[in-house]
Amino acid sequence: MATHHAHAVLPDEPEKATLEGKNKILGFWLFLGGETVLFGSLFATFIALRDQANGGPTSQQLFDMPLVAAATLLLLTSSMASVMAVLALHKKNLKQLQTWMTITVILGAAFLALEIYEFVHYTSMGHTMGSSAFGSAFYTLVGFHGGHVAFGICWILSVQLQTVKKGLTVVTAPKFYLACLYWHFIDVVWVFIFTVVYLMGMIGGKVG
Amino acid sequence: MSAHASHAPKRTGLWDWLTTVDHKKIGILYLIAGGIFFLAGGLEAILIRLQLVYPELNVIGAKTFNELITMHGTTMIFLAAMPIIFALMNAVVPLQIGARDVAFPFLNSLGFWLFFFGGVLLNTSWFMGGAPDAGWTSYATLSLNQYSGSGVDFYVLGLQIAGLGTLIGGINFLVTIINMRAPGMTFMRMPIFTWASFITSGLILFAFPAITVGLVLLMFDRLFGGNFFNPDAGGNVIIWEHLFWIFGHPEVYILILPAFGIISEVVSTFSRKRLFGYSSMVFATALIGFLGFMVWAHHMFTTGLGAIANTLFGLATMLIAVPTGIKIFNWLLTMWGGQIRFTTANLFAVGFIPTFTIGGMTGIMLAVPPADYQYHDSYFVVAHFHYVIVGGLVFGLFAGLYYWWPKMFGKMLNETIGKWNFWTFFIGFHLTFFPQHFLGLMGMPRRVYTYLAGQGLEVGNFISSIGVIGMTLGTILFIVNGFVAAKSTQKAPADPWDARTLEWSIPSPPPEYNFAQTPLVRGLDALWVEKMAGNKGMTPAEPLGSIHMPSPSILPFLMSVALFVAGYGFMFHNYWLVGLGMAVNFGCMLARSLKDDPGYHIEPEEIEGKGVKA
Repeated sequence: MATHHAHAVLPDEPEKATLEGKNKILGFWLFLGGETVLFGSLFATFIALRDQANGGPTSQQLFDMPLVAAATLLLLTSSMASVMAVLALHKKNLKQLQTWMTITVILGAAFLALEIYEFVHYTSMGHTMGSSAFGSAFYTLVGFHGGHVAFGICWILSVQLQTVKKGLTVVTAPKFYLACLYWHFIDVVWVFIFTVVYLMGMIGGKVG
Repeated sequence: MSAHASHAPKRTGLWDWLTTVDHKKIGILYLIAGGIFFLAGGLEAILIRLQLVYPELNVIGAKTFNELITMHGTTMIFLAAMPIIFALMNAVVPLQIGARDVAFPFLNSLGFWLFFFGGVLLNTSWFMGGAPDAGWTSYATLSLNQYSGSGVDFYVLGLQIAGLGTLIGGINFLVTIINMRAPGMTFMRMPIFTWASFITSGLILFAFPAITVGLVLLMFDRLFGGNFFNPDAGGNVIIWEHLFWIFGHPEVYILILPAFGIISEVVSTFSRKRLFGYSSMVFATALIGFLGFMVWAHHMFTTGLGAIANTLFGLATMLIAVPTGIKIFNWLLTMWGGQIRFTTANLFAVGFIPTFTIGGMTGIMLAVPPADYQYHDSYFVVAHFHYVIVGGLVFGLFAGLYYWWPKMFGKMLNETIGKWNFWTFFIGFHLTFFPQHFLGLMGMPRRVYTYLAGQGLEVGNFISSIGVIGMTLGTILFIVNGFVAAKSTQKAPADPWDARTLEWSIPSPPPEYNFAQTPLVRGLDALWVEKMAGNKGMTPAEPLGSIHMPSPSILPFLMSVALFVAGYGFMFHNYWLVGLGMAVNFGCMLARSLKDDPGYHIEPEEIEGKGVKA
């Protein structure tokens, strides 16, 4: 199997055209299974500690719907952009692929900027890692997600830049595909964060 | 893209070992590193038993005793048992499924080096302010800054790095077994050791992230002012217990399932019979793996979760006895009517069965919550888990090492030394741990550095400490045997045991490409099927052709060193070190992504030139 040559004609579904590509996709799905346990553990910890504000600001006092809604909108849209990118990949249209990936990255960066602003704002209100168990759990869960977004942005950029030089091949196609899988995953995690951390944190007092 | 290099890059000596991505060499690296940590953990055990040989001794003192029990447990589980399991998985699984390598050779190397440097980081604590002393379970609040020394920081960071390596290894074997099987090797034709490795890898995938989160939370509490486990700021110490055991219980099945796999292979080969109840064996392995995630709270019966939770977790625990019982009967019925040969490997396998059954039986006793209130934190628990981990896993590993040594190293281990090894270790083991059941029932608590005279505990403790001599002798004999084999000029044949599975169809040790031609698998016990059909070897599934091999790389080593350095940076709040380590780590990842690995090819002439054909 001549897996590393640039093909004159790129096969259909180029991300799965080689054994290496298939291995990577399966391995990455499994990795996401492990990531699910990781975030599941963080969610469980957060739910156990979310009412323990230790006299500091509570979630009802902190969270602000417009900001969180804007962040959610940005990230969900970026996830849609990455779907468009995979469609472009399957059409073997590199130009479209690069455009949609660039849109994904820009929206992701905007999301990250909002999150950084949010963290700075909360810190100024006395809600920090060390202020309470709620603070520790909040920054760890949401921060882990933010770290994933930041890593994803760097990852996609590195794939985009190397493809400018290498072109769309059976080597670069799986890289795009995996980066998009990853991006969807952190998007799904955000849906849960939006629900469990923000929505459940804004309604009522103590729940559950 | 440039053309493929047609020759293997010539690398020799240390550089070859640092850069290798060959699963067979990585298996040997795992064995050596795991073996060294096993000796360290064993030395710690000797000192523990020395302290306890007579009542009210003060040989090493209470503080050192706490460090020793913590490091003994942590080292044996994470740095000795798991790596030696990975050694055998690496050496055997790709051969058993007829593959030329694992799915991700680069990640295989990365997994090894991460484990190795995580282990080294943990052990440097001895020289840098004291080892961790909060027990291998490191329960909060005992493991927080107020109550324990800086050693726990090494525990937290060392295990994160090593755990990452284990997780990578688990994913690698899952993909290898799903995607890399030879033609005809269906799931229900896979050798049982491969099945066990498959399910163990699945458990690793879903169990290790939980401990990673636990360690991260503990790290935040200890180093960055977090409040997860600080009740004064609203924290909750039970979260640690849950996260630890959600990992910790599957972990014991991660350890024992490969041993079950080894025993199945060894018993079947040396009974010259097909494994009895192969399908039920696969089913039982999968069921144990599944139930293994449902029982973690049986470690927490005395935490106060309530009668309902305790009952459910107790019942779920007892359920595991059913698939385990299936296995024990299957081994016995495999031997029934077989032409049994008591080689050293088979002695360990046959010794395993009753020993492990005793451990399983005490496990059922511990699964009864009201009774557990009596056994909890006593030597009864210590006896129980040593029966399953040493009497189960370590016996299994010895059996596997004697069985596959010729395949790994191309030399036979000496059978006479091997038999001495077995009997000294076997007798020493039972002398050490059998009396501990009674010590526990008499009320001797674990993790306490001494005991009083006149309470009836002297005899049991004395016998227990004497037994250590036997296990030490057995271990030394094994090492001697390894060196004797290395010095020996006699080469091992391809199939020294008249065995049944694919790894025995190729030379010992196998060439770097394993199979010159991928074999065609025509049934369970693929090689035995061909032997019974009167064939000399496997039928090839492809013509002789050029074989593509992955290039060696130093990046996994560098990345692991970088994380090791960053680990010190976190511990000592030196953010230059953190930045340096992380920059090198991410730089290596980027380099790996940017530079495509064209690999190299081994041409058919070279294969035939070596006189090797599958």
